[in-house]
Amino acid sequence: MMAELLTTTALPIMLVGAMVGIASSAVGTFLVLRGNSMLSDAISHSIVFGIVIVWLLTKQQSGPVQLIGAALTGLLTVLLTEALASTKRVKQDTAIGLVFPALFSIGVLLLNIYANDVHIDTHTVLLGEIGFVWLDTLDIFGLPIPQALVSMSVMTVLNYAFIGLFYKELKLATFDPALAKTFGFMPSILFYVLLMLTSSTAVAAFDAVGAVLFIAFAIVPASAAYLLTDRLWMMFIIGALISIASSISGYYLAVYLNVSIGGMMAVMTGVFLMLAFLAGPRYGVITQLVKRQRARQAPVEPPPSV
Amino acid sequence: MVWLELLSDYTFQNVVIGASLLGLISGPLGCFAVLRRQSLLGDAISHAALPGICLSFIITGSRDIGGIIIGSLITGSAAALIMLMLTRLSRLKTDAALGACLSIFFAVGIVLLTYIQSTNNASQGGLEAFLFGQAAATLRSDLWVMGSITLVTLLLLAVFWKQAKLVTFDAEYARTLGMPITVIEASLTAMVALAVVVGLQMVGVILMAAMIVAPAAAARQWSRHLGGMLTIAAGVGIVSGVSGATISTLSRGLATGPLIVLTATAIVLISLALAPGRGLLWGVIKHYRQKSALQKQQLLYALYKHSADPSCAPSTLGSRRMLNKLKQQGYLTRSPRGATPSDGGWGLTAQGQAEARRVIAAFEELAS
Repeated sequence: MMAELLTTTALPIMLVGAMVGIASSAVGTFLVLRGNSMLSDAISHSIVFGIVIVWLLTKQQSGPVQLIGAALTGLLTVLLTEALASTKRVKQDTAIGLVFPALFSIGVLLLNIYANDVHIDTHTVLLGEIGFVWLDTLDIFGLPIPQALVSMSVMTVLNYAFIGLFYKELKLATFDPALAKTFGFMPSILFYVLLMLTSSTAVAAFDAVGAVLFIAFAIVPASAAYLLTDRLWMMFIIGALISIASSISGYYLAVYLNVSIGGMMAVMTGVFLMLAFLAGPRYGVITQLVKRQRARQAPVEPPPSV
Repeated sequence: MVWLELLSDYTFQNVVIGASLLGLISGPLGCFAVLRRQSLLGDAISHAALPGICLSFIITGSRDIGGIIIGSLITGSAAALIMLMLTRLSRLKTDAALGACLSIFFAVGIVLLTYIQSTNNASQGGLEAFLFGQAAATLRSDLWVMGSITLVTLLLLAVFWKQAKLVTFDAEYARTLGMPITVIEASLTAMVALAVVVGLQMVGVILMAAMIVAPAAAARQWSRHLGGMLTIAAGVGIVSGVSGATISTLSRGLATGPLIVLTATAIVLISLALAPGRGLLWGVIKHYRQKSALQKQQLLYALYKHSADPSCAPSTLGSRRMLNKLKQQGYLTRSPRGATPSDGGWGLTAQGQAEARRVIAAFEELAS
């Protein structure tokens, strides 16, 4: 029964989509809370550079070497950005806007030069091929498990292991970096590890959804969750639920309309964000309007008579 | 000979003119974006142009540049508006709203792109070129459209120069003067969308962000005035556009967009290092000059005041290079061994003593 389900194409694709969302929104939650969401944009573009370099050095297109290479590229992006910003000659956002297009350009040019040998082309770089994840499988316990599902699961476990181990520290470093520093939690090192995990997740998600759609999976479910709850642990759960829902609904819509599956899943995360924005129980725009209306129409209590 | 041949090449002419137009519009508008701390808004707007391009293709059924421009303007501005709405009406911060708009609009673009591909329209070929730009495919008629957009945008900027400047540097003051700030801010953003549209053909939606940021960041290092900054940014934009396009044509097969972006980045790095006044290299040189001047003063002071004290021997105070330099300048002499055993043979000349007195006087004046 299990084997049957996995050999059909629908389930592996949806599972991979959901896993991409769960792993990315775990790190994305902290990026959103810290106000560094655009770093996911920078990282997801510049890992193209890392992937090509690692490929040139080791001829490996995926696997642990690529994940480590990605982590280092992510770190390089952030360090370059901070180095530029620390000259005080450009602002932080300008520095981001300078670093990642440059790295991305180098990556694309290298792809151009070695186009004949490398199997990743610029099309895959941007869009990914989630529709074909079931082609590349590993046999685990006799079951054909898609390779992408394995690497995404590994990243999910890694991300949540890190968050679980350092939950208290991360929480304090996110909401009160100054206090975290006084306690000796080294918030900046925690943050660097988080960004390295983000880039490894981006590379693992790369084959499935490509560079740009990864941003949607990292930022959008976490943003929607931020509009729905005030609790950190709830943000992870809501982010994961939105990822799963987007993956399933995105898949069926994409098959129905015959369009890009990864793209449709990302669009669905946007739909959920809009829903949270408009109809969230506490901060939703419509909810606020209704509340205000009710407050206005509520009968004014007559002053207690003597 | 190669150059002459190149210059008369029709495609190359188109590419160079297109790249210059792109630099001319993205440089000045990028200045406003960078100064208003909206560097990454250009990134979001350019990614959001993709669904507009696809929509116009679905509606008109062709790659007509007019339709593509209108389409990408509409979706680009819509993305900017939704981003503003998300930050104003919810507790999402700017960065999250930007990232969400960028990725969702791009995703919609991808979905539309694959929808067009699935309908198997024969003339759809080349839509994907807008991802990375396809400078070589630029037509003369495209250039006229790009040129008019650039002209109109720059004219608008010239007409509303004072307002744009005030809103950029002191929005509160502009408000008290009764200027329609929201309208001016919105039009500055819409103009960024126009610049993005001009760049679509040349560098593509993904790298357009760099063309907004890089020329402006480079120009900021060279000028302290808005007018100068805009002019220099336009120049940097044109230079990087033209040289990127040239390298791409000469190398056959290297994408134009990345080359333009890398040229612009190189100019930024050079500006950061060398720009007069702000350049990092000047800072380093100034630091070493000051350090060596201080060492010289210390040495002269010590030799003059404490020549008998062995702990102030010149050989412990200054490096050999420093001592030799001072000797060359005529402040020190190296007497034959044994004048005073502690100073290693170094002593002040008459000129050195005068200089030391001057240093001490200046020091005491500072101390009092």
